[in-house]
Amino acid sequence: MNFDLSEDQVALRDGIRALCRGRFTSERVRKGFDPALHDELAGTGVFSLRADGFGWADAAVTFEELGRAVVPGPLVWSHLAHGVADGVVTGLARPEPGAPAFVEHLEAAAVIAVLDEDGVALVRSDALQDASALEWPLDPLTPVHRIDVMPGGERVGDAEVAAAWRRGGGVLTAAFQTGMAQACTEAATEYSLARRQFDRPIGSFQAVKHILADMAVRAEVARAAVHAAAVTMDDPGVADLERTLAGARLLASEAALKNAKGSLQVHGGMGFTWESDVHLYLKRAWVLNAAFGNTNEHADALAARLSAPE
Amino acid sequence: MDLRYSETDEVFRAELREWLALTLPDLPTPPARDDWPARVRYDTDWQGRLHDAGYAGISWPKEFGGRDASPSEQLVFLEETTRARAPYVGVNFVGTLHCGPTLIAEGSDEQKEAHLPKILRGDEVWCQCFSEPDAGSDLAGLRTRAVRDGDHYVVTGQKIWCSFGHVGDFGELLVRTDPDAPKHRGITWLILPMDLPGIDVRPIETVLGSSEFCEVFLDEVRVPVANRVGEENDGWRVTNVTLSFERGTAFVSEMVDALRMAEELAPSIDDLAERRELAHVVAELDALWALTKRNVSQAARDGSPGQGAFMLKLAYSEARDRLGELSLRVLDRAAFDVSDERVEERLRTLSIPIAAGTSQIQRNIIGERLLGLPKEQQWAKLP
Repeated sequence: MNFDLSEDQVALRDGIRALCRGRFTSERVRKGFDPALHDELAGTGVFSLRADGFGWADAAVTFEELGRAVVPGPLVWSHLAHGVADGVVTGLARPEPGAPAFVEHLEAAAVIAVLDEDGVALVRSDALQDASALEWPLDPLTPVHRIDVMPGGERVGDAEVAAAWRRGGGVLTAAFQTGMAQACTEAATEYSLARRQFDRPIGSFQAVKHILADMAVRAEVARAAVHAAAVTMDDPGVADLERTLAGARLLASEAALKNAKGSLQVHGGMGFTWESDVHLYLKRAWVLNAAFGNTNEHADALAARLSAPE
Repeated sequence: MDLRYSETDEVFRAELREWLALTLPDLPTPPARDDWPARVRYDTDWQGRLHDAGYAGISWPKEFGGRDASPSEQLVFLEETTRARAPYVGVNFVGTLHCGPTLIAEGSDEQKEAHLPKILRGDEVWCQCFSEPDAGSDLAGLRTRAVRDGDHYVVTGQKIWCSFGHVGDFGELLVRTDPDAPKHRGITWLILPMDLPGIDVRPIETVLGSSEFCEVFLDEVRVPVANRVGEENDGWRVTNVTLSFERGTAFVSEMVDALRMAEELAPSIDDLAERRELAHVVAELDALWALTKRNVSQAARDGSPGQGAFMLKLAYSEARDRLGELSLRVLDRAAFDVSDERVEERLRTLSIPIAAGTSQIQRNIIGERLLGLPKEQQWAKLP
């Protein structure tokens, strides 16, 4: 047993981290989705990783880094759809029949992957009749369209395939969330060292230090859970996959959200400004909390793996 | 990154399971919590059985009678013994997990010969005499004085929270030998025979109504200089050496047990909110189990478990508190009966966020050592 990152995984992590540092600076990220950068991510293999012989654990390491930089775009969907649909792909993990759908990054995507009860269907975005963009989306880096009637689309996978996509989407989203949670800890720590009040860095005050310590622990515990889920995806014999995955989603969602809020609190008034990046992490955390199932659904999925009530 | 145990680990697990299946049915009936003579007999009997089967001192080096098991084998040992509901290390905790490793690292040959074999067999029970009424979180501020008088130290002071103080044959004792040196540099580590004249041990009754630890009053107790472990005034370093023996497996038994209790609670919960709360608790415990595996993997590679080890206790304290509260909510008015394991455990686990470094101290350590934040200025230095 070696639950540590392998040498190759460390190299992969460092490579993606360096790429994000160079390409996904705050300035670029704030401009939103960029097709050229998406192509560059595709060129480095972010979407084709598993087709290239890597596993879910490697993909999780990669998405953790993308999350640290809070990279905009339908990254998880483009990864899931690799080999099935070309180009930028967005999706809908749980359409509710008869209810309007909210789809992210529609303008960027040529295809919407819809996971319904019967399986996976691909809808071409130019086939949509009634998509209307939200004027004021919660996350400024995640444009959202409202679609009242979703066309049928081309069926490319059965219910089992759809379930596998949901699991993959869950683990990659969770990895992205833990990366965000780590980045929030680091940004808030850095700010607490630079910001001085009462003639000393605010990070020296235990009231602030303890917020940061809790953030660090939350991110690390969630990260262990996400890596365990990803390893179990690669090697389903080692644990109960549904339980591990649901647990990872619960903890990663909580870590991204609570750490973004912790970061906002440590940043004080600056955290409430548009100029600071803190709100980008918090708003993405809210958006991702409703991606591939919400917290109640994850909790119910986990509870279902425990003994039923007598 | 993988979670598969090696073939060697699985062979070790299979042998251990077989031994546990043969051994556990023959054990005597566990004693009552407050029957200390019976608890000593029971725990000593168990330690003897472990010893005869080659499982005592699982992490100790072979030359001192240990098994020198790899970190992952230690994990398997703790996992399997806890799952099988084998006896807990009990009164042999301080000896096998604290003093033994300290003597191995820092003791003289005479000290090792005198104590290590007996600790391993369970023939010697050790207790801890570290904390004082005015030195808890600030342990290095301890004031129990030891004054050199020929071949002896004359020790006077008061210790508190001494685990197994009333049943210990020996104590690990920290004393102040240089009151003028900076506080970390005037401390000495002594082996205290608990039958010396001038020692008065008074049990402390805990919220469980039993006495898990004691106050120890020391009145001009003459401790031979030969009982000093390490150099005079070097006791703080000696104390911290013990920590390097911990290879990421702390709290494993606790966690395995907590997971069992959480899983056993599931069939009693039909309320949706409570089932979701249980899911959160299980998610946290599963994640801490994964974090333990990460720490153990790092320890196997680097010899030390890395930053996760600093985080485990704080996170476990919180998860365990959540489980305890949920248990009482689920039991409702049945929780008025402490003879239910879940209620007793709720009471026992109140000590987890306090013992061995409070959660607040843990947060300071994480903030200062892992995140690089400055220490808070001491009030005495403020204008």
